[in-house]
Amino acid sequence: MKNELIKKDSYVEIKIHLLEPEERVEGIPEDTRKVPFEARIKGFLVNDACMGEEVEIITVLKRVVSGTLITVNPPFKHDFGEPVRELLEIGWEVDELWKQ
Amino acid sequence: METVKDILAQRNEIMKKSLGGIDYSKYEKDGLAFDYEALMKFVGYSMEEVLRIQRETKVGNTPLYELKNLTKLVRKISPPGKGARILIKDEAMNASGSFKDRRAALSLFQAKKEGYQGVIAATSGNYGAAVASQALQRGLKCIIAQEVFDSRGIGQPEILEKGRKCEALGAEVWQLTVGPELFFWSLLLLKETGYFNASLYTPYGIRGIEALGYEIGTEVKTLYGREPSAVMITHAGGGNVTGTARGLLESGCFNTRIIGVSVNLRGLHMASDTDFNRKSFTTGHTGFGVPFAINPDRVDVPRNAARSLRYLDRYLLVTQGEVFYATELLTRVEGIERGPAGNTSLAAAIPVAREMPEDEILVIQETEYTGAGKHPTAQLTFARKMGIEIIRGNPQDNIPGRKIVIPENLRQLSYEEYSLDKLKQSYLEHTLKKYDGKKLSLIEIKFLQEEIKDCNNFVIDYLNSKGVKYE
Repeated sequence: MKNELIKKDSYVEIKIHLLEPEERVEGIPEDTRKVPFEARIKGFLVNDACMGEEVEIITVLKRVVSGTLITVNPPFKHDFGEPVRELLEIGWEVDELWKQ
Repeated sequence: METVKDILAQRNEIMKKSLGGIDYSKYEKDGLAFDYEALMKFVGYSMEEVLRIQRETKVGNTPLYELKNLTKLVRKISPPGKGARILIKDEAMNASGSFKDRRAALSLFQAKKEGYQGVIAATSGNYGAAVASQALQRGLKCIIAQEVFDSRGIGQPEILEKGRKCEALGAEVWQLTVGPELFFWSLLLLKETGYFNASLYTPYGIRGIEALGYEIGTEVKTLYGREPSAVMITHAGGGNVTGTARGLLESGCFNTRIIGVSVNLRGLHMASDTDFNRKSFTTGHTGFGVPFAINPDRVDVPRNAARSLRYLDRYLLVTQGEVFYATELLTRVEGIERGPAGNTSLAAAIPVAREMPEDEILVIQETEYTGAGKHPTAQLTFARKMGIEIIRGNPQDNIPGRKIVIPENLRQLSYEEYSLDKLKQSYLEHTLKKYDGKKLSLIEIKFLQEEIKDCNNFVIDYLNSKGVKYE
């Protein structure tokens, strides 16, 4: 919910716009030049705030950083993925090789 | 906020404050040359001391396993009398799960000794977790800046896992979008915090890896009574090759051949927002291996201590599909699961071992930890989502960024020999861009010869062909 109030001290993720496309360094590919250079960082919210607002957080090193509030309790979403048939087959092929 | 230009203008000053007293200008010599060995000596720790420092923080003394089953399988598909004994150094057993702990150990020891409050490293690799782990053990604060996302906010599973691990180890993690401005941002953080620059490319980092080469050399000689015939090293920024090769020499292995291996990702641009998530390997690939060999000083310190062309005897390329196959094979045949990127040299070791006599020893010098994100199933699932075709077939049909071909049998694993002469030529071409038309001095010639391990007048022939004058 966009307007829901996020309580201070919540663990959150913020996004920071570091460089506009026109500020990016020379010599990078065109596709990268067209987009801004951004950072994300996590920490504890200093004051109550709504999603999308400019906020301050305290990082794990107790440094204060400001940016746009984008996620509350940011989850780790990476996993082991799906079974990959092309790899599963290798087990039987190795069995065959042992028999040779 | 300061602009990129402001920060880059202060680059040398920020660097100097953050590098613990290494005055790089002291090592500069005539024109193009600098005194590499004197720079390396700056670290000042004997091998015994290096090993002791590493042991203090759970680094080193990793198992050296003989891959008996894999060796047997390789012999089954080799000509009679061929099929070298294959050994692997299980570097995944270091504190944070990779050889990068070796690289971080001395830097963090030094940072603590010199009174820094914390350290910063710009890295998307295992090095981040290594720095974070060593920082915790030395009581230092740690900031890691990583290149993680494309502009849509989609992250490589492998790097997401590396970020998680850094956070788990107490680091403040800056997750950045694609682009070389990562280094600008880490400079700004260095300035803001006054922390130590735990760059991958300082003499501390390389001296730490020398311990790995040294352990391999001494262990193989003790166990088998001979030097390894060759050591296979996954090659990216050059530190792994340089440190391992130097350590092998220090252990008295003067005849061991140094073979660098990279995943072939030619055609994909490393700083491209769209190419970024079209590769399944975020390190150990040609996108680092080739440019860092040609221009080692393209780094976050004035002179890179990692200079691979000084040590490489061969440089081999393999495909992503071959590395995934080799990773699965290691699991199924040897009963150990290890991360795919660290298995780049394993993939090339199989065809190389087939060409070597049975009584010779081939060492794969690293493994890395595996887990969510850093696993073939995670990476291939992600690749499919990014529209990459994944099929079984002939690895020759692999197209970086479009098609991953998993070999159909062990015999299909092969390598492409990348011409070292071509790399050396590109190195000279690049280095001589700074040539100002004056006669090159004897010191400069000798430096260039050492830089490319020249033993057959390669430099002189090149200079003659380009009409460059020398003393």
